[in-house]
Amino acid sequence: MLDNSLPDSANIGGAPAISTERSILGADEIRRALVRISHEILERNGGVEDIVLVGIQTRGVWLAKRIAAFIRQFEGVDVPVGELDVGLYRDDIAERGRPLMHTRIPSGVHGLCVVLVDDVLYTGRTIRAAMDALNDFGRPREIQLASLVDRGHRELPIRPDYVGKNVPTSREESVQVYMSEIDGIDQIALMRE
Amino acid sequence: MPTTTRRRPVRQAPLSPANGARPATPRHILDLDDFTQEEIEVVLQNTEVMREVLQRDIKKVPTLRGKTIITLFYEASTRTRVSFEQAGKILSADVINVSGSGSSVEKGESLYNTALTLQAMNADIIVMRHPHSGAPHFLSRFLNSAVINAGDGTHAHPTQALLDLFTIRDHFGKVEGLKVVIVGDLLYSRVARSNLWGLTKMGADVTLCAPPTLIPSDFLGGIGNGIHDGTSGHPFAGVKVETNVESALTDADVVMTLRLQSERQEAGHLPTLREYSRMYGITPRRMQLAKPEALVMHPGPMNEGIEIDPEVAHGAQAVIEEQVTHGVAVRMALLYAAVTPRTV
Repeated sequence: MLDNSLPDSANIGGAPAISTERSILGADEIRRALVRISHEILERNGGVEDIVLVGIQTRGVWLAKRIAAFIRQFEGVDVPVGELDVGLYRDDIAERGRPLMHTRIPSGVHGLCVVLVDDVLYTGRTIRAAMDALNDFGRPREIQLASLVDRGHRELPIRPDYVGKNVPTSREESVQVYMSEIDGIDQIALMRE
Repeated sequence: MPTTTRRRPVRQAPLSPANGARPATPRHILDLDDFTQEEIEVVLQNTEVMREVLQRDIKKVPTLRGKTIITLFYEASTRTRVSFEQAGKILSADVINVSGSGSSVEKGESLYNTALTLQAMNADIIVMRHPHSGAPHFLSRFLNSAVINAGDGTHAHPTQALLDLFTIRDHFGKVEGLKVVIVGDLLYSRVARSNLWGLTKMGADVTLCAPPTLIPSDFLGGIGNGIHDGTSGHPFAGVKVETNVESALTDADVVMTLRLQSERQEAGHLPTLREYSRMYGITPRRMQLAKPEALVMHPGPMNEGIEIDPEVAHGAQAVIEEQVTHGVAVRMALLYAAVTPRTV
């Protein structure tokens, strides 16, 4: 009964009064990036045996579903997809109140190779929280990270295994990923306040 | 509407020197009257996530690590106190239980001084039950710790009302439009008062039922003075009041029974408990008037054979134990709400 379309309240300052938004990736480029990531996952792991894709709520879940659909198209096999909300594992709960979302990993993670999927990789804190959360579901054999956008500015020793697009940004900018499942359009935009 | 992702959170100046993680304004949870419908929705949604945590093999998340919760109970309680303690522990908080008996309260320490003492021990959240209505409101005016009302006098019991809402929504997928009948000691029931706020905000069709002596006079009087004619804009304008239990139960989706305390007979509100039981007790026969899929709820502890027949209390329609299980998840969601900024 959770409403997965609830707005990502990461914009805790509210909508900026003046902002410019510049599209940096369109629908075709997003599709090609996801196709490439899907191939890379297959290549690196020599197939999809023991792989589970775990999307981080909310857009990471949709990205994981799309990657699973591509893998099915290429290899004819279904990769299990899970969804993970890191709200209970964040280190900044006093500053970011956002509605919690479902965590469901039907396949479990024990002994499996988990590919975490997120839309934007930034400080790395979300991924740190996601890895803590995964450990509460068992002991994965390996954890890999796929991100549609890597915008830099890491605050933790975390690096992605699969990247759709590296986008150099300043900290004053923000990156928005729009996905047709939620936003009605596929697009990645750079916002400057 | 597309929204920004991964924007760097604005760092707020820490208020608490201990860990800097306390919100600038503590979020007190005193009753449902100051919750909007959207805020109730968020609590119910977060409760679902907390219930998922309860179903895991490892029932522990690090969310409130380093936080201290003190439960301060001036009145007897089993389920509320235990479920708060369990909720806090699953969220990794340190939980300290203080009860009126066996503490400095017995030496005559005032409520105010007891609370200041607990705050000085760096309690982030104080969960409080008190026999006097308004005691948690009083404390919330002075404390930096978040105060959660676990039941005050005859006034409010918001955590019970939220778990009732959650239980109803879990079964019907919604609360709006359901006929919910609350039967019993309305005059003294804090459960009924908080449920009235919660149910009306969520759009339920509420009917209250009790002997005239156990209906608050403003409600009885309200029928005649325009509060209940549906045009006054009063939040309880749509609430119906019935003194006949059979008419009240007809076509009900949810039957909420309230505990009837034997003190009510001594105070002269009732001739005998037996008469109450005969006229207002929820029996299998009376339940046939409700819809076939109707739920029977009770906040506990029950007086079986008085307000509720044992056959109903333990029958297929009863969700009384589910209410207790949901109580833990709801209290986890509320402890989480107390330390996070408002989201809506």
